[in-house]
Amino acid sequence: MISLFLRDLKLSMRAGGGALIGVLFFMTVVAVVPFAVGPDLNLLSRIGPAILWIGALLASLLGLDRLFQAEREDGSLDLMLMQETPLVLTVLVKCLAHWTATGLPLVIAAPLLGLFMNMSEVAIGATMLTLLVGTPAITFIGATGAAVAVTLPRGGLLVSILVLPLAIPVLIFGVSAAYAAVQDPAPFLPPLLILIAITLFFAVIGPLAAALALRSASD
Amino acid sequence: MPIRLRVEGLSAKRGEDLIFHDISFIVAAGEALIVTGPNGSGKSTLLRVLAGLLTAESGTVRMDDTVADISHPRELCHYLGHRNAMKHELTVEENLSFWKSFMGDSAGGSGIGLEEATEALGLGGISHLPFGYLSAGQQRRMAMAKLLVAYRPVWILDEPTAALDAAADRMFAGLVERHLGAGGIVVAATHQPLGVAARELRMTGFAGVGEVV
Repeated sequence: MISLFLRDLKLSMRAGGGALIGVLFFMTVVAVVPFAVGPDLNLLSRIGPAILWIGALLASLLGLDRLFQAEREDGSLDLMLMQETPLVLTVLVKCLAHWTATGLPLVIAAPLLGLFMNMSEVAIGATMLTLLVGTPAITFIGATGAAVAVTLPRGGLLVSILVLPLAIPVLIFGVSAAYAAVQDPAPFLPPLLILIAITLFFAVIGPLAAALALRSASD
Repeated sequence: MPIRLRVEGLSAKRGEDLIFHDISFIVAAGEALIVTGPNGSGKSTLLRVLAGLLTAESGTVRMDDTVADISHPRELCHYLGHRNAMKHELTVEENLSFWKSFMGDSAGGSGIGLEEATEALGLGGISHLPFGYLSAGQQRRMAMAKLLVAYRPVWILDEPTAALDAAADRMFAGLVERHLGAGGIVVAATHQPLGVAARELRMTGFAGVGEVV
């Protein structure tokens, strides 16, 4: 299983792997917002956490469709389906590798982009923390979408649309936790804990559903 | 304990059409079965059903007398399909070592080392190259090295020698011979003779019944 994790990580680093595409997209989205909104620093710091979260959500949806499609095209998926190793476990490890390659860089890039949005240290820290615990959920949800659309040659947009409604709770609780850290009366811990619960929930449901979809999509 | 691959009353559909029905055969350890027939007669479909990648419409695929504790016969099989299941961006060595550790060995044997496997296919010394740099024939041979690095008693091969030259053909026949000698089973769909003594299953196409000759 470690070997699968390392291989997927290596693949995403190599040419055409697309590990950095997500970060670049994230940076592009967040960097244009100050130009559009104008130099109102208060407004920027107020919408900062929300913009970071929207950027991170869209960036993590990017490239999710290739999660199983690339494996299917070269026949690797056939061999993965045949092994004694439970398919659920294989999918889980693939999700973790995908998140490490594409989700973790978003979390790391978030503080820099927080400066663009004139966010305070506390707000930046809270946003980073919520992204860290929230973005894995998007990958797990996305794996299900990717598995459903694995046989469709142009499944990219379809995967995003399939996945988006399920990812909305992640966005809501992520943003509300990040805001709670800076706005005094709102409690920080409850939305954060719900966010963690959502991630854990999808860590179980996502790979299970994806494995079922992959099994029935075989041709 | 020698294993046996037993197939009973197998039929499969593609879409609404029955591709073949009621195929039964037994392949014992050390035997090879060659599946022949015109294009579209269902050779690949049959192999994918054997490998557990397609569900059969009816009938069963079983492994008899096996010591291994398996939940499905596909776990004892190697499947070499039309696609090589190797990543173009990774080197040959990275590809093979991944499959070796991911697949592991079935009970009753062990895979050979990477160096040895590439030597056996006559491609020693180029395993540091990215897989995408190799020619079609070399890629096919490297994909065959997968059969050697992880042990499986049953090899399911779909047109294994399609891109190979005559010398590589003979080399592959030698590998198949050795696998059979060690008590393995080979089921291969092919248009060219495989170069080993084998029984033949002739698929007649479109709901026709295959006959074992």
